[in-house]
Amino acid sequence: MRFRHRRDGPKAEMDMTPMIDMAFQLIAFFMFAISFSQNEQDERVMLPDSVLAKPANQPLKHPVTLHLTRTGNVIYGGQELPALERLRPYLVNERMVLQGRNRTMEDATVVIRADRLARAGVVQKLIQMCQEEKFEKFALRAQEDIGP
Amino acid sequence: MKLRRIGKGSESKIELQMTPMIDVVFQLLVFFLFTFRIATQEGDFNIKMPLTTYSSSQTVAAESPVVMMHVRLRADGSGRLRQSGGIVVNGDRVLDSFEQLHNYVIGVIGGHEPSAKADAEVELDCDYNLHYEHLIDAITAVSGYVDKSTGQVNRLIDKISFTPPQAAPGS
Repeated sequence: MRFRHRRDGPKAEMDMTPMIDMAFQLIAFFMFAISFSQNEQDERVMLPDSVLAKPANQPLKHPVTLHLTRTGNVIYGGQELPALERLRPYLVNERMVLQGRNRTMEDATVVIRADRLARAGVVQKLIQMCQEEKFEKFALRAQEDIGP
Repeated sequence: MKLRRIGKGSESKIELQMTPMIDVVFQLLVFFLFTFRIATQEGDFNIKMPLTTYSSSQTVAAESPVVMMHVRLRADGSGRLRQSGGIVVNGDRVLDSFEQLHNYVIGVIGGHEPSAKADAEVELDCDYNLHYEHLIDAITAVSGYVDKSTGQVNRLIDKISFTPPQAAPGS
C-alpha cells in the first residue's frame, strides 16, 4: 500500500499561548502562597485548637522552637530526642549563642509546639528545664480554630 | 534615511524556541505543587515565667495581684478532663466545663477596675496525665474571647503561670 506524501500542505500548529498563560498564573499563585515559615512546623506534632490563636504582628526576636510529640519526645532542630534530659545541652548551647550576641535571656522566647495529646505534666517539665537554663519567656503555640 | 528590509522576498519567519521555556515552567510548577502545604494559621499564648516565680508562692504573694485565681484541672484515666468536677477554682468552686470557667472569670474580672484586670493572675495546676489540649482550652477560657459581631479579640487575663509539675503517676 502506498501513502501519499503531503509536502506542500499546511502545517498543523498548536497554539501554546493559553497554556503558557495558565502555567505562569499557577506559578505566580504558588510563589505568593508558599510560606517558608513552615520550616518550623513538624508533621509529627498536631497542635491543639484555640479561637484566640492569631498570628503575631511581628516575629519573635530570638525564638527557640521545641516540638513535643504525644509520646513525650522532644524534637529540636528536626532531630527527635528520646529523653527530655537530652535537650539540656542544646538549651545551654542556645544560651551561649545569645550571650555571644550580647543579648539577654529576655530576648529569647521558647516556642513550645506540643501535640494536643501530649501530657500536660511533660510540657510543664519541659518549661521547668528551660527555666533552669535561665529562659523565662515562653510561647505556647496553638492553631487557629476556624470552627466546623 | 532608508532602512533596508532584511529577508526581502525570502519570507523566512524567526521562530522562538518555546520548548526549553515550557520545560522550565513545568519544572517550577511541579516543584511548587509538591512543596505547597495548606496550613492553618498559628498563634502563641505568651507566658513570662522566670524560675523565681515558678514554684515560690511567697513571691506571688509579695506582688499580691488584686485577683489571683488558682485553677486546678483534673484528668480522668485516659487523660481527658473529668466529665464532672474537672475544674476546681480556688479550691472550692467546682466547674464542669471551660465555658463555665470562662463565665466565672468574666464574672470575677467584670467587677474590677481596668488596672486590676491587667494585674489579675491565674495559676494553673494540672494533673500530670491531662492532655495538653485541655491546658490550652483552660488558657483560652481565661485569656479572652472573640467578639462575634466584630471579630475582635477581647483580652481578660494575660498573666498566666503554672504550679510545679506534679509527679508522674507510678513514679
